[in-house]
Amino acid sequence: MGAIPVEHGLILAGILFSLGLIGVLTRRNIVFVLMSLEVMLNACGLAFIVAGSRWEQADGQIMFLLILTLAAAEVAVGLSLIIQMYRRFQTVDINVLSELKG
Amino acid sequence: MLDLIWLLPTFPLLGFLILALTEGKLARGPAGWIGAGSVGLSFAVAALVAVSFLQSGIESHTVPIWTWMSVAGFDPGVNLYLDGLSLVMILVITGVGFLIHVYSTGYMADDPDFSRFFCYMNLFVFAMLLLVLGDNLLLLYLGWEGVGLCSYLLIGFWYDDPYNGYAARKAFVVTRVGDTAMAIGLFLLFAQLGTLNIQEMLHAAEAEWPIGSTLPAITALLLLGGAVGKSAQLPLQTWLPDAMAGPTPISALIHAATMVTAGVYLIARTHTLFELAPDIQLLVAWVGLITLLMAGFTAMTQNDIKRILAYSTVSQIGYMFLGLGVGAWSGAIFHLMTHAFFKALLFLGAGAVILSLHHEQDIFRMGAKRKQLPVGFLCFLIGGLALTAFPYTSGYFSKDEILIAALEVEGQGLWLWLGGVIGAFFTGIYTFRLFFVVFFGESRGHHDAIEVKGLNIAVPLFILMALSLFGGWIPVPLDAVFSHGAEHEEHHISAFMHGVMIALPLIGIGISYLFYGSGTFSVEKLMSLPASRALHRFWDSGWGMDRLYDLLFVNPFLYLARVNAKDIVDAFYDMLAAISRAGHLLIVRTQTGYLRWYALSMAAGLVALIAVGVLL
Repeated sequence: MGAIPVEHGLILAGILFSLGLIGVLTRRNIVFVLMSLEVMLNACGLAFIVAGSRWEQADGQIMFLLILTLAAAEVAVGLSLIIQMYRRFQTVDINVLSELKG
Repeated sequence: MLDLIWLLPTFPLLGFLILALTEGKLARGPAGWIGAGSVGLSFAVAALVAVSFLQSGIESHTVPIWTWMSVAGFDPGVNLYLDGLSLVMILVITGVGFLIHVYSTGYMADDPDFSRFFCYMNLFVFAMLLLVLGDNLLLLYLGWEGVGLCSYLLIGFWYDDPYNGYAARKAFVVTRVGDTAMAIGLFLLFAQLGTLNIQEMLHAAEAEWPIGSTLPAITALLLLGGAVGKSAQLPLQTWLPDAMAGPTPISALIHAATMVTAGVYLIARTHTLFELAPDIQLLVAWVGLITLLMAGFTAMTQNDIKRILAYSTVSQIGYMFLGLGVGAWSGAIFHLMTHAFFKALLFLGAGAVILSLHHEQDIFRMGAKRKQLPVGFLCFLIGGLALTAFPYTSGYFSKDEILIAALEVEGQGLWLWLGGVIGAFFTGIYTFRLFFVVFFGESRGHHDAIEVKGLNIAVPLFILMALSLFGGWIPVPLDAVFSHGAEHEEHHISAFMHGVMIALPLIGIGISYLFYGSGTFSVEKLMSLPASRALHRFWDSGWGMDRLYDLLFVNPFLYLARVNAKDIVDAFYDMLAAISRAGHLLIVRTQTGYLRWYALSMAAGLVALIAVGVLL
């Protein structure tokens, strides 16, 4: 079984990251924004793992564990904020929250 | 003993400090004792100094106190310089000043700001002594501005009335015009001669500058500018009549006896410069002559007792300038001294009259007051005679000296003399117009006036009466100071000329009697002519000088101020503010409040940065 070339892994990570970013930018529903953020984080994690296997170092996987933990914490905080938002504004449309415009 | 002159300015300064630091909490008794006593002590010191100075026979004596500053060869000291000229000045300032202080303790007795009054008065005496004792022009200038400040403070002493504040500001601003010229003159002298010490400077000027060259002419002209401002001569004389808004003792001390003669002192002190610039010296004479005539005309038309005396002061200082201009240095200083006596007497007498008549100043609402106010009557009789140079009163000797010296000037001497004599004629008219209207005729108001009593008012008046009568016999020790003027010692004047000089003032008194005393001539008949009414109005307004200055300076300035109310210079800074405001408005539009827009901006920025990094 031939090894998957590094480029493929990185391209996949790039595509995932772009998809996540597009999701963040285009989605109005804040839950989907949060999900897209998760996709971006995981794209980063994938890039770390690919790089780790390319250099045959364990650091990439350790970084992925770190990102996973961070993502879990972020989701916890993010979801609780979303609940607060929903309670207060009765909506999950992020465009409604634009009171800070200059 | 001569080294004691440092005490002279010290006493009034201490008096000022005590009165200023107690903030008027001192009772009237101690405040009056401190105020008058400090000047009295100064006078005692001055008398001691005078005795030992005259006995020692030296020409001058310098008492260094300390070095004011020392910067790159410029080291003016606070040094006191005593010679015949400053001796006469300190005796006049402390002597007449002391009498006026004593008088003030009576005159101002009911004033709520009694202590503040003496505080300013002491500061004034201090500054004036510094002015005449300073051995360098910088110290002289310090005293010069000091007396200007005190003059301002005291004219506006009753600051509740806005008019008094206006008069004070006017005096301050108008004299400032002259002071600016004088300051430039000092700069020029220092730049050219490298010293501000008066004696060194005069020697250097004599050695370096030929007679009639440009530099002495310019410096003399600039110093003359300062002198005409302080001494209320043409063209800066307009402030003095308004300065009468202050309390009457102030008018006597500052605006008759001492401060306004500072200009005369300045020119006499720097007389060497003026001798190097004969044209400017002649200009001094003409300034004096024209001023004395103009002020004489105006004095004949005024109705306010103090304004008459004010114009008379302007006129008499005109005589001093005439004397300076024709080289009668000691004559001018002699007239300064006698004028201090009789004009202080007249002002203090006027103060007594005003106080007795409940602050009435219009002479046409007085009349027939000689019975009710015998002391005031005596004041005006003696002061008036001295002012009109009645033979053997003090004014006679000094005015004589000036007029005879004027006659000896080549070329224009006869004109200067004639103008001076005509001025003396008008002096007779206006002085005795005041005298007859106030003390003779029928009573036109204040029928039950009672003369103010009190030794502190009467005693100074009687001393000044004696000085006005006999002050002409006082020998002034000025020969050593003005040794250049030795050729004026011998006077050759025909008996006819002398007769004219004595007779014209007497004729003036006679005319005044015929109009206001006996009523032989009627003023109403004279005033019924339109021409004389117009002339009266013109003279009454002080030859329209105030109107002229309003037209030339005040109104254009006010116009400019109105036009430029929004300062042109501000436009630049307003523009800076507008630009940054516009930039702010531009950037604030990017702040939409949409989270997604911010995320997009960040991503786009990041992409752009990475792109730049990769491509370069």
